[in-house]
Amino acid sequence: MKYCLIIAGLLFSGPAFSTQEAALLVDNPKIEAQVSRLAEELRCLVCQNQTLADSSAPLAEDLRNEIREMAAKNMSDQQIIDHLVARYGDFVRYRPPFKASTAVLWAGPFVLLVLGMLFVSVLVRRRERQVASLPLTPEQSRQLAELLKQEQ
Amino acid sequence: MKRLFILVPLAAFLILVGFLAAGLRHDPHEVPSPLVGKPAPAFNLPRLDDPQLTLSAAGMRGQVWLFNVWASWCAPCREEHPVLLKLAASRIVPIVGMNYKDQRDKALAWLEQGGGDPYLASVSDVAGRTGIDYGVYGVPETYVVDKAGTIRYKQIGPLTEQILVEKLLPLIMELKAE
Repeated sequence: MKYCLIIAGLLFSGPAFSTQEAALLVDNPKIEAQVSRLAEELRCLVCQNQTLADSSAPLAEDLRNEIREMAAKNMSDQQIIDHLVARYGDFVRYRPPFKASTAVLWAGPFVLLVLGMLFVSVLVRRRERQVASLPLTPEQSRQLAELLKQEQ
Repeated sequence: MKRLFILVPLAAFLILVGFLAAGLRHDPHEVPSPLVGKPAPAFNLPRLDDPQLTLSAAGMRGQVWLFNVWASWCAPCREEHPVLLKLAASRIVPIVGMNYKDQRDKALAWLEQGGGDPYLASVSDVAGRTGIDYGVYGVPETYVVDKAGTIRYKQIGPLTEQILVEKLLPLIMELKAE
């Protein structure tokens, strides 16, 4: 019975946004939309594989409140992201920007793809050449001649 | 030539092993702080011992100081507390504490139980706003601030004697001589 209650509790527990969050601006749908949009884009640094929107860590809550306050001051998405990147670094962004230190991260998969395609095409071409240069055995020549005769 | 081609998967495998080995040594919780080399964010917060008084980052100008973020609810803080006490006893560098998202009575009791107060003073950041300015995400964190008020080093996680001897003390000596 106890377990049933625990399971029920887990099933029906609400989303990570807890009741302690500043409720002041919740009735402003434009600001809330901006907060949820940004919370999806930003990483919770305590539980690193969750976004701020997913996490119920106290820090994530504080950061959502911080974003909400900045949004209320009419700051743009970019300004708010810059504000947090200045404090927590690029790691706070779920989509790291393209720059020298992240070039390998962004370009790496494509470089590997091109290398792989080159490798395969070299292999295939070499095999083609090998097969083409192979002389026919007398038996194969005879079969070929027969086939050609049938065609006619 | 054909033999060389056989080595390609092996080479790829070794490169992968190299990356994985480097990954094992790398702690994903140690996020490089963009604040190193930047001015220490300003704060003016009530002191823990006497909330009537305040302490500001600007008030520490002209000396090398440590800024240590701690809380009574933070287990690793207990671990680093003796190291801080030793450092404070040496009088090499003043340590300003920031009691982060904590309750005053609990924080004061914690200092008493922990064997003393290593801080020049601690300030209270109950709401965690100054913490956000400093990019705090895993207490304890320690910042080394130079005479000009620039952050020169950030330690994430508890200070150990080894870190103190190998990294912090040489840096502090260097900064004090500047």
